[in-house]
Amino acid sequence: MKRLVGASVPLLAALVAFLFGAIMILALGENPLSGLAAMFDGAFGTGDRIAATAVRAVPLLLVGAGITIAFRANVINIGGEGQIIAGALLSTVVALTIPDTPKIILLPLVILGGLIGGAIWGAIPGVLKAYASVNEILSTIMLNIVAVQLMNYLLRGPMIDPIEVDGSRIPQTERLTDNAALPTLIEGTRLHLGVPIAILAAIIVYIILWRTPLGFRLRAVGHNPDAARAAGISVERNIVKALAMSGALSGLAGVTLVFGSESLRMVTDGGSAGFTGSAGFNGIVAALFGALHPLWTIPSSFLFGALLTGATELQRELQIPNALAISLNGLIVLFVVSSDKVREWLARRLDSSTGQPINEPPSADSPPDQVATTSSGNDPETVA
Amino acid sequence: MSQFFTLSVLTATLATAIKFAVPYLLASLGETIGQRSGVLNLGVDGIMLLGAFGAYYTVLETDSHLLGLAVGLIIGLLMGLLYAVVTVFLHAQQGISGIGIFLFGLGFSDLLFQELVGSVKPVKPLPTLDKLPGVGGIFEPLVDIDILGPLVFDHDLMTYTAFLLVPVVTWLLNKTTFGMNVRAVGENPQAADSLGVSVARTRFIAIMFGCVLAGLAGATLALQLAVFQHNLTNGIGFIAVALVYFGAWQPRWVMAGALLYGLVTATRLRWQSLDIIPQGASDIAAMTPAIITILALVLLASRARGPAALTKPFTRH
Amino acid sequence: MRVTRLLKLMAVLFAISLTAAACGGDDDSASVTTSECGSDLGVEKGDSVTDLSVALVAPSAADDVAFTQSMVDSLTRLGIEPQITDGTFVVEEAAAAIRGYAEDGVNIVIAHGTQYGGSLAEIAPDFPETSFIWGTATDTQGLANVFAYHPEADQGGYVNGYIAAGLAGDIGVVGPVEAGDAVAYVEGFAKGAQANGASAPSIVYTGSFSDVALATTTAQAHADNGVGALTGTSQSAVGAVTVATANDLPWFGTQSNTEAWSTDLTVASQVYHWDVVLKDMIEQIEGGTLGGEAMSLTLENGGLVMEFNGCYDLDSDIRDAAEGVIEDIIAGEISTK
Repeated sequence: MKRLVGASVPLLAALVAFLFGAIMILALGENPLSGLAAMFDGAFGTGDRIAATAVRAVPLLLVGAGITIAFRANVINIGGEGQIIAGALLSTVVALTIPDTPKIILLPLVILGGLIGGAIWGAIPGVLKAYASVNEILSTIMLNIVAVQLMNYLLRGPMIDPIEVDGSRIPQTERLTDNAALPTLIEGTRLHLGVPIAILAAIIVYIILWRTPLGFRLRAVGHNPDAARAAGISVERNIVKALAMSGALSGLAGVTLVFGSESLRMVTDGGSAGFTGSAGFNGIVAALFGALHPLWTIPSSFLFGALLTGATELQRELQIPNALAISLNGLIVLFVVSSDKVREWLARRLDSSTGQPINEPPSADSPPDQVATTSSGNDPETVA
Repeated sequence: MSQFFTLSVLTATLATAIKFAVPYLLASLGETIGQRSGVLNLGVDGIMLLGAFGAYYTVLETDSHLLGLAVGLIIGLLMGLLYAVVTVFLHAQQGISGIGIFLFGLGFSDLLFQELVGSVKPVKPLPTLDKLPGVGGIFEPLVDIDILGPLVFDHDLMTYTAFLLVPVVTWLLNKTTFGMNVRAVGENPQAADSLGVSVARTRFIAIMFGCVLAGLAGATLALQLAVFQHNLTNGIGFIAVALVYFGAWQPRWVMAGALLYGLVTATRLRWQSLDIIPQGASDIAAMTPAIITILALVLLASRARGPAALTKPFTRH
Repeated sequence: MRVTRLLKLMAVLFAISLTAAACGGDDDSASVTTSECGSDLGVEKGDSVTDLSVALVAPSAADDVAFTQSMVDSLTRLGIEPQITDGTFVVEEAAAAIRGYAEDGVNIVIAHGTQYGGSLAEIAPDFPETSFIWGTATDTQGLANVFAYHPEADQGGYVNGYIAAGLAGDIGVVGPVEAGDAVAYVEGFAKGAQANGASAPSIVYTGSFSDVALATTTAQAHADNGVGALTGTSQSAVGAVTVATANDLPWFGTQSNTEAWSTDLTVASQVYHWDVVLKDMIEQIEGGTLGGEAMSLTLENGGLVMEFNGCYDLDSDIRDAAEGVIEDIIAGEISTK
C-alpha cells in the first residue's frame, strides 16, 4: 500500500501539470481533447513516430541516468547542457580525424570520445567542489556558457565544413562519415542504436550504484559525508567521480544527438538549446520523475520524449507553440519536488491507520538526500 | 587599441557598463536577501523572463513604463508566493525546484509572447533623465558635462533605483529587526526558532523580497532593451545567483560584481566594434565573464562563508 | 488558429509591398518602389496560383519583419495560405515537422532555412511524390524533388551601402551569424559604402540570428562610437533599430521592409520577393517536374526590390544616384560581390 502511494504521488503531480496544460490549451481557444489527441498522434501515431519518440527520449535518459548518479552522491549537476556539447565536440573531432577507419572500430572510438568529453566537462566542477569548495551548481552553469561559446568558436572556425568557408558559412561541420553513424535498427524508421545503448547505460548505472563497491562509496558519501570519511572513504575523490560519470553520460547523449541525427553533422545556431534541445535540463526532469532511480528513469524518459514529440505535432496541427511543453516540464518539476511532503503525510496517515511504525522523516541537514530517500517508496533498494 | 583609450570612448564604455549592470544588480540584491535567510532560488532567470514579458507586453499595450514596471513587480510577487510555498512549506529541494521555476518561466513567457505578440515589436525604451517627460529639460545641461554627465546623469530611473537599493538592502539586513531575523534563520534556524522567531514567516518574506526584485530586474531589462523575445535574459538570472556568492552575501560586494560583469561585457562589445577583437575570436571573448566568475569563485570560496543553513529546509523537532 | 490570426495581423498591420508596388508602378523595372507615407502596411492576397497544398517550416516567427515574413508575404501575394510551423530553431524539430507534412500528403513543403538542408537530404528521397522547396541554398544537393532558392543579397546591400555613404561617413553594421544571405548582404553593403566614399563600415557579427538583446547592445556600442548610420539583418536586427530610433540614426533594412520597425528612420529596404521564383517552381511542379533546379532572386528578375520609405526625406540627388546604381547592377556594369 505504501509503495502504491509512493508511486502515485508523482503521477498525481503530472496529472495536475497536464490539467494546467489543458487549461492553457482551452485558453488558447482550442479543445484540450483534440490537443491531447494531436499529441498522442504525434508521439505514437505511426511506427515511425514511436521510433521518433524513442529517439527523442535517448538524450533525456542518458542525462537523467547521469543525474541519478550525481544525486546519490549529494551533488547537483546542472551542467548537462555543457557536458552534452563537450561530448558531442570531442566525438565529432574523432570522426573528423579518422573518417576512413572501419565502422567496427570507429563507432566505439566515437562513443568513447563522447564519454571522455563529457567526463572532462563534469570532472571540472567536481574538482572545483572537492578541492576548492566552489558550489557545483554555479560552476556547472558557468561551464554551460563556456561550452556553448567553445562550440560556436569551433564550428565557425577550425571545424567548419570546408565547403561553407567560401559558401554560405553556416557554422556546421561537414557531413560526418557514415562509418560513425549510429546504425538504424528497423529499416524505414529512425530507431537507431542509441536507444538500446541508452537503456543499457541506465541498467549499468543501476548496477554500479547498487551492486559495486564504487556505488556503495558514492552513496555513502551522498548519504553522510562525515560518516563516509570516518569509514575511510575519500569524499573528495568520490565527488569528482560522481560528476565525471554524470558528465560522461551527458557526453554520450551528445554523441547520439550528432551521430543519430538525420543530418549527421554538428550545427550551432548560437545558443545551447539549438543543439541540445534543452536535453540537459529536461533530463533532470525525467530523472526526477523517475524518482532519481536509473531504472525508473527509463519509462520516465520515454514519457517526456513523447511529450516533446507530441508538442511538435501540437504546434503543427493546432498552432499551439511547443513552448507549452517546456512550461509543463517546469511545473512537473515543481509538483514532483513538492510532493515529498504530501507523500510523507499520506504515508503517515496510512501507517497510523494500520498501526505500523513510521520511518523518521529525512534529516534536514542533507537536502539532496531528502529527495533520494523519498524515492525509497518505489526503490528496489534503499540508500545505503 | 589606441582608439579605445580615449577619454570619450572610456567614458562611454563605463556608462554602458553601469547600464548593463542594472538587471544583474537588482536580481542579485534580491537573491542576497533570500540566501541570507537560508533559501537558494535558482529560478531567478525564469522569474526575470516572466517579469520581462509582463512589463514589455504592458508597455506595448498601454505605453506606460510605470505600469509595465508595476506588472513586473506583481509577477515577481506571485512567483515569489509560489516559490515560497514550494520551498518553505513543502520543503522541496531548492536547487531543483529553482530549475522548475526556471523552466516554467522560460516556457510560459515564450508561450505568452508567441500567442499575444508573435514577433519582436519594439516599444519605447525607459527614458534617461534628460528625456523624462516634463522635467527632462532640467537635466539636459547636466548630461552635457564632460565625463560626469554620461557617467552619472545619462541613465534611466531604474538605474538609480538599483544602486540606491544597495545601501537600503544593507541597512535592511543589518539594522532592522527583520534583517536580524533573516540572518538568524539563515545561520541557525533552530536557535532562532527557540527564541520565538518564526522561521517560516521570515523566510517567506525574504523570498518575496527576492522574487519581487527578480521580477523588477526582468522588467527593467525588457524596458531598457525595449523588446522581448524567447529567452531574453539568456542566463542573466543564473549569473545573478553566482554574483551573490561572488559578493560573499554583502550587498556592496554584490554590486561590485555586477559592475565588473557589466564592464567586461561593455568592453568586449566595444572592442569588437573597434575591431580590437578580431571577428573570429568573438566567441572566445564571450566566454570571459563565465571564466572570470569561476576563477573568482575559486579564489573567494575558501575565504567567504555563506549562511550556514543555506538550502536546508527547516523542520521543527 | 494561429494562421488565421497571422493573416489578420498581416492584413491589418503589415503593409508595404503591394501598396508600394502600386506607387512605383510607373517605374520601368519592378526593382524600385517607394511607399506612400502613412499608408497602411499590408500585403494584399493575390489570386491563387495553384490548388496544390503548401506547408512552410521556418526558423523564426511568421511575422518577424525579416527572413520568415518575406516568405509568408510572398506566398500571400501568390494567393497561397500555407500550413505553418514557425519558430523551429532546433533543426531536429524542423526535420520532424517537414517529415510530418510530407507524411500528411502535403504537395509542396517549403523548408525555409539553410540549416535544414542536411535533414532534407534524408527526408526528400523518402517522399518522391512530394516537392520540397529549400532555401537559402545555391544547389539542390542533386535531389530530384527539391527546388532551391537564394537571394543575391549583395546587390541590395550594395545599393543600401551606397545610399548610406551619402548620409554618413562612419557606418555601423550589426550582422547576425557570418553565414548565408547575411554575409552576402553585409559584404555588398560594405562594398557599396566604400564605392561612394565612406570609410570601411564597422562590422560586428553577434553570432545569433535571434538574439535581439545582443543586437541591441552591439548597435549601442556602434552608436557610442559615433556612427552616422546603421544597418543590420535577420530578425534580431529589431534590437539595432531601437538603438537607431533612440539615437536618431538612419536605418537600412533588408529581407522584409523594416518600416514596420521604424517608420521615421528606415531609409530603404531590400525586400525579398520570393514569389518571383516560387511561381516558376509551382508551374514546373504542376507540370510534373518536382525539383532539380536552383533559382536566385536578383534586382534584374524583380525578386529583389529596393523599397524606399516615403516617410523618409531622402535627398533627391542621393536617390537618383542610387537608382543609377541599381540600373548599373542590373546591366552588369557594377560588381557587387
